[in-house]
Amino acid sequence: MMTILLLFFPLIASLAVLLGGSKLAAQLALGLAVVELAITGYAVSVFQASGPEAFYVFHSWIESPKVSFHLGLDGLSLIMVLLTNFLTPIIILSAFNRNTPHAAGYFSLILLMQFALVGVFMAMDGLLYYIFWELALIPIYFIALRWGGTNRVAITLKFFIYTLAGSLLMLFGFIMLYWYNPDQSFDIRELYRIYITDGNQSWLFWMFFLAFAIKIPIVPFHTWQADTYRESPTQGTMLLSGIMLKMGTYSLIRWLLPILPMGVAKWGPLAITLCVVGIVYASIIAIKQRNLKNLLAYSSLAHVGLIAAGIFALNIQGMQGSVVQMVAHGVNVVGLFFCADIIFNRTNTNETNELGGIRSLAPQFTTMFMVIVLGSVALPLTNGFIGEFLLLYGVYEYNTWLSVFAGLTIILGAVYMLRMFKKVMLGETGVRVPAFPDLYWNEKLALGILVIVIIAMGVYPKPIMDMAEPVLQTILNKTVI
Amino acid sequence: MTFLGLMIPLLPLMGFLVNGLLGKYLPKGSTGWIGSLSVLASFICVLMIFKDLGAAQAIQIDVFNWISFGNIDISFGLWIDSLTMVMLMVVTGVGFLIHLYSIGYMHGDEGFTRFFTYLNLFIFFMLLLVMGSNYLMMFIGWEGVGLCSYLLIGFWFKNEAYNDAAQKAFVMNRIGDLGFLLGMFFILFHFGTLDIQAVEGLAPGLSADSTLLIGITLLLFVGAIGKSAQLPLYTWLPDAMAGPTPVSALIHAATMVTAGIYMIVRSNVLFAMAPTTLTVILWIGVATSVFAAVIGLKQNDIKKVLAYSTVSQLGLMFAALGLGAFSSGVFHLVTHAFFKALLFLGAGSVIHALHGEQDIRNMGGLKKLIPVTYLTFILAALAISGFPLLSGFFSKDEILAHAFEQNKLVWIILFISSLLTAFYMFRLVFLTFFNSFRGTEETKHHIHESPWTMTLPLIILCVLSVIGGLIGLPYVFNVSHLLGTYLSAVTEPSASLIHHGEKLSHSLEIGLMTLAGLAAIGMILYARRKYITLKAIPEADSAITGIPKLIYHKFYVDEIYESWIVKPVFKMSEWFGTFFDKQVVDRVVNATAGVMESGGKTLRLFQTGNTGFYVFAMVIGMVVLFIIRLLI
Repeated sequence: MMTILLLFFPLIASLAVLLGGSKLAAQLALGLAVVELAITGYAVSVFQASGPEAFYVFHSWIESPKVSFHLGLDGLSLIMVLLTNFLTPIIILSAFNRNTPHAAGYFSLILLMQFALVGVFMAMDGLLYYIFWELALIPIYFIALRWGGTNRVAITLKFFIYTLAGSLLMLFGFIMLYWYNPDQSFDIRELYRIYITDGNQSWLFWMFFLAFAIKIPIVPFHTWQADTYRESPTQGTMLLSGIMLKMGTYSLIRWLLPILPMGVAKWGPLAITLCVVGIVYASIIAIKQRNLKNLLAYSSLAHVGLIAAGIFALNIQGMQGSVVQMVAHGVNVVGLFFCADIIFNRTNTNETNELGGIRSLAPQFTTMFMVIVLGSVALPLTNGFIGEFLLLYGVYEYNTWLSVFAGLTIILGAVYMLRMFKKVMLGETGVRVPAFPDLYWNEKLALGILVIVIIAMGVYPKPIMDMAEPVLQTILNKTVI
Repeated sequence: MTFLGLMIPLLPLMGFLVNGLLGKYLPKGSTGWIGSLSVLASFICVLMIFKDLGAAQAIQIDVFNWISFGNIDISFGLWIDSLTMVMLMVVTGVGFLIHLYSIGYMHGDEGFTRFFTYLNLFIFFMLLLVMGSNYLMMFIGWEGVGLCSYLLIGFWFKNEAYNDAAQKAFVMNRIGDLGFLLGMFFILFHFGTLDIQAVEGLAPGLSADSTLLIGITLLLFVGAIGKSAQLPLYTWLPDAMAGPTPVSALIHAATMVTAGIYMIVRSNVLFAMAPTTLTVILWIGVATSVFAAVIGLKQNDIKKVLAYSTVSQLGLMFAALGLGAFSSGVFHLVTHAFFKALLFLGAGSVIHALHGEQDIRNMGGLKKLIPVTYLTFILAALAISGFPLLSGFFSKDEILAHAFEQNKLVWIILFISSLLTAFYMFRLVFLTFFNSFRGTEETKHHIHESPWTMTLPLIILCVLSVIGGLIGLPYVFNVSHLLGTYLSAVTEPSASLIHHGEKLSHSLEIGLMTLAGLAAIGMILYARRKYITLKAIPEADSAITGIPKLIYHKFYVDEIYESWIVKPVFKMSEWFGTFFDKQVVDRVVNATAGVMESGGKTLRLFQTGNTGFYVFAMVIGMVVLFIIRLLI
């Protein structure tokens, strides 16, 4: 029952906001998102007390082909749901005081997005999962198309087609799995058990991998990303970078690894190499980006490349690191894009050359921005460090030289982040920065919460790691034979 | 004692939080005292533990289980033994004096509270660094002090050059940190733990000088090179002088930059098991020592001279470690913390008196105008130069004696390096304090001695610089080496692993000491003749030519790094970003889409709407399928 409520509450909330009119849409959406967060909090406490069994939901849905309404919340899913439901209210809060036109539609779509995301993380039936996966694309498409920047139409279309093409491959993959399954169903428990020949695993590996690689994205499937991040409205960018791309990394763990162990054994080395090359490639590009949002997009590309690399390292620390870093990256990237939005809101520009000297005008903002930057460059006692330490150690155990190369990210990350911070925040006041009011209450609240989480997770990451460990160990045992 | 141990890092952390969160509500000026007293309280905790903790005893405090995965548990743990105690006393003791000094020095700066906030945070991280019971804890402090260094170098953030210096320091440290991180991965993978005591216990079980041990220790040493500003990663330290002078004294002379030395002494068994690494450390230390001393000869910025001197002295400490003389390295670390902090604070007092002037060509004759600064400064300069019986004399001599025992060439180079030190220090002293003032009348009129909060730390540090040698008197004096004995529990396990040369005879040792003392005095007299009697003043920048120009420009190392590393990376960034990503990767994506689109257009042609064509196509299809069926 609680599982159903957790899943459908955002859908109901979405409808309520749509019908509630634009005047109080933001407040209503925030209130409902906080309720959903509270439900999630309760779910976590139930999970701690009695484990994942309490969340099992199974109803047969379609007889032929056999599709069931199978939901579950193990440690991994719960962490992802928690991330989604923690970030959604923050994202809504970040839109306060911004006079969004057609607010009812906007916030309704954000909540619809939340519904789809929660569904992706809870679905334990292949087709059900696929439906949520595709459903998630619809609200974000409209958010970017209707509320985006000047080049939104062409860029959003490219994003849509590109990710849809990947998803189609995945759909074919699921259909193939369905046929290979002697019991003919999409249920994850059966998919984890079935035998698939070596050759077929290779085909399936690429079908699923491409779908996820485009979504994450892994270099060279990333060219939709920077443009989309830049042209989407801030909340859209936050949803995309903070939560939606984790659909890809989550799915690698949940669907790809355990179902196709032989495919992973064969093609994993290529995948991890691609990831690591991507980390360095994206980090180097980030250095010279002149637009703040572009820079953050490339930095995000580098970070998620490391997350994927840790997954393909196929050891417990890499997996643990990927889960911790998924959360950490979600929190940090939402914070960073919010900072970019705060700057844009005051100055109407995100070009780093036109900014500067904000520090003397807005000390509170500077401090919070600084902490988020530190989380992003993985300073110890911030969330980013735990993730990067585990991920790099995972890659190290896989291959020493690969970890040396991937490790360049800690140097390059410091270079592009500090260069950006210097250009934007330090020095003499920039040409476009005549007045810069310090944080408004909603900004202070949202950034304050993020900053606290960044440090709390860095000091005490144990709860997340303990929650994830059993699931990851099980999946790892299925993958590494 | 567990409680006291916890309070040591927590007190400065509380100072940081109070000043950082509530600073703007507190009365002006009180934040400086909150910051200073929190460090003093921490120092008192250190003394209380010192009183009760025997030299061979240790306290382990596991605060909580920090990171655990698989069968690895990394604890958020602290460890206090005699080596930790020595470092704690330096960090909190000298740290407090510098905090106190800063109350006067930073008075009136608009960032007064912010300064103390950062300074407290620095002390907190530095304490974690020296107290961490495992390498990952040490790494928290290691990177944390790097952050504070970044924040404090760029303290006056409106100045672009300062911001660049801050960024450079952070990035260069990060290069070293990657080495440290990889070293930890090797340790964790092969030892199954990051606990330092456990690793020290397991290391002797491995075969000496194995590739693994050499690899681990070299990687850790890369971290030390970055943090302790050795060749080739030293260039950030001279630039770091952009920070307020108390920062230079605390972070870039007395504490943070010595972290590399501490780390190696902390892992002395590991390093002693890898003689190859020790040789590398020895030669990097020796080379850095003489290289930086040469550059120091020609610098005209009072703080730059001291900065290169610090790099040079750190090189000397590394040379000691490379010789396997771990406690001698720590001894020099301690005395250096006294006299170098004093020199920086004295320089700060000079700069304060001259309202920001740092070029020694515009100073002179300050001796009478700021007498306390003058007296303390000259004693510190005597100490660093190795003037007989002052602290630096003993600690430097101990290292030179080890060098003489093991490797005469090392001894010769280090001896030359210490002669250069004596010369450039007294070049600095004579140009600053003697003869007549070379600045404007306007400036001269305003010169005044600093307030007591600034002069008191000078006096205390001066006393320590003079008598600090007592903790490590040589054996010829027929007294025990207090520091060496105190540290023996830490350094004992590695002692049997190190191949020491033949012990020097007493007469030879006394002879060497006399030689070193006389040589130092000789260099001082030479400097006196040149700069007081002959009144030589360094030429203006444009007049410098030939080799002096090469030295003055620090052998153009910065320029080489800039054009060989930084520029190519930036070029690559531009090229990847504007050309490769857009014109190659994205083109392929768009082309794929294009193929799909044109494919769709072609296929559309078949959909003519003509029923006859469809029937025709169907028949053809059936025939083809039939043939395939027959063939298979």
